[in-house]
Amino acid sequence: MMVERTPVLDTLTYVFLLAGICVVGFPIFYALTAATLPLEKVVQVPMPLLPGDQFFVNIGAAWSEGHLGRQLINSFIMASGITFGKITVSMFGAFSIVYFNYRFRQVAFATVFCTLMLPVEVRILPTYEMAANMFGPLQWLIDTLHLGAVVQWFTGNEFEVSLEWSLLNSYTGLILPLVASATCTFLFRQFFLTIPEELCEAAKLDGASAMAFFWRILLPLSTTNIAALVVIEFVYGWNQYLWPLLITTTPEMTTAVIGLKDLIPQADDLPTWNVAMAGALLVMAPPVLVVLLMQRWFVKGLVEREK
Amino acid sequence: MIKRSHFSSKGLAYLLITPQVLVTLAFFYWPAVQGLVQSLMLSDPFGLKSQFVWFENFQRIFTDPLYLKSIGITLFFSLMTAFISLAVGLFLGSMANRALRAKALLRTLLIWPYAVAPAISGILWLFLLHPSYGVVAYFLREVVGMNWNPVLNGNDALFLVIIASAWKQISYNFVFFMAGLQAIPHSLVEAAAIDGAGPLRRFWVITFPLLSPTIFFLTVMNIIYAFFETFGVIHTVTQGGPGGATNTLVYKVYQDGFIGLNMGASAAQSLVLMALIITITVLQFRYVEKKVQYTM
Repeated sequence: MMVERTPVLDTLTYVFLLAGICVVGFPIFYALTAATLPLEKVVQVPMPLLPGDQFFVNIGAAWSEGHLGRQLINSFIMASGITFGKITVSMFGAFSIVYFNYRFRQVAFATVFCTLMLPVEVRILPTYEMAANMFGPLQWLIDTLHLGAVVQWFTGNEFEVSLEWSLLNSYTGLILPLVASATCTFLFRQFFLTIPEELCEAAKLDGASAMAFFWRILLPLSTTNIAALVVIEFVYGWNQYLWPLLITTTPEMTTAVIGLKDLIPQADDLPTWNVAMAGALLVMAPPVLVVLLMQRWFVKGLVEREK
Repeated sequence: MIKRSHFSSKGLAYLLITPQVLVTLAFFYWPAVQGLVQSLMLSDPFGLKSQFVWFENFQRIFTDPLYLKSIGITLFFSLMTAFISLAVGLFLGSMANRALRAKALLRTLLIWPYAVAPAISGILWLFLLHPSYGVVAYFLREVVGMNWNPVLNGNDALFLVIIASAWKQISYNFVFFMAGLQAIPHSLVEAAAIDGAGPLRRFWVITFPLLSPTIFFLTVMNIIYAFFETFGVIHTVTQGGPGGATNTLVYKVYQDGFIGLNMGASAAQSLVLMALIITITVLQFRYVEKKVQYTM
């Protein structure tokens, strides 16, 4: 954009941008430096800003203290599971809402759409209770209808129904509750609505079934949207905090972002900030790489998703 | 809305929507109803007995000085976080939009913090602002002359979590401002320049008003972020302390319900948050609808 010649302002623009990049990047630069230093240097105030040679030693220490190795795998499974699950579930959902006509279509759409307003954070305890026993609603039904008593009356034996299926400390528990997403469904719905009617008509003339139309026309047309969502949902899944904190109770099942907390030196510990920073860098690397490598789709997806 | 040309197999349609509806019912609606019921009940910590108490839990939380203090903290925290990240995001966005060269590189260098988890952002800033080892804390003490100590001083701790939360969100705002700025018609800016308006005046008279939908949307998103997603920052860095100075509403729900096992109070607090976020979302949709009519 060139409206007029403003050499001073143009120079200032780059100066400000450079300053901005430095301010935004400083925490990472500082963490990177700290992660390369030995303990006696990292505790100096102010800490030297020249990198040392202890990077891999610190990374190794972060890896073996805590359970980072295992937790990174957990994070990876959780993030991929949420990404895959969310996209699959919402694509099928949107396909059903846009391309089929049935009685409860509007109801289904409204049911899903209203959840836009209910993040995990506002229903912490009840969602946890649900995950702790997936048969909770069924048990409630049995208890309220006194089905146990009915059976007892019929058979004459002592009879108590107790159902339990817990998702605590499981990958299903980490992934499943976060798989339903109104935003993704809404995005796919909007996108499907822009696809020309002729495509579906032509497919039907050629005798294609609904699922053939989905796999051979809708899915290939959606690849850009899917790529954008993969970036956003992977970052979302990897960075989840409250839900994994609730649903996991052992260090072996929790995620890396949560496990990192154990590396922060407390008041009475050795101030091993070099190891803490190495750990932080290790845990933030996967989502940062995904964003940087898939930048084009990420920007497109982020902006379009919120429209 | 539905396609004019659609498929007729009803069974398949139900099958396709079932996973979404099931998960939604199980993890959204059932818990929401349970929360509603719990908020009207008073139960002992072991969950053995509970009794229906109408709105006593709500009465209690709204007369609890700690809860009222938490509301104040949350409002201040959210507004500051939103303001800082919006201001910096808008500034960097307009600068990057002015830049003629290296636009892609500039964008790359400014968007990556989006991928950093709030909790990790908290750890990075905890180190930078650590009273004994942090370099920024050193600067504040030696150069500014502040008696900086977020471990003991509540205001310092609040400042620390605000900075950590705002830093991570700058990239998000930056991406949206870049997109918004690129959508502003070039001809308007040129016309103003021909009329003799300088760059700063053009920004305030043309760019800023035309960006107002983006600014409104981002304000809502940033406040929602600050309310709900910064839980990780608080949990890793301050745990609500010192002395409850960083105890935001969401952290308090977790603490009272999950640590304190006070089901009724926690459920009532959840419900207050739910009412709040529903209000925000409805307001936002109303505004968006108006905006669409206006541009058409």
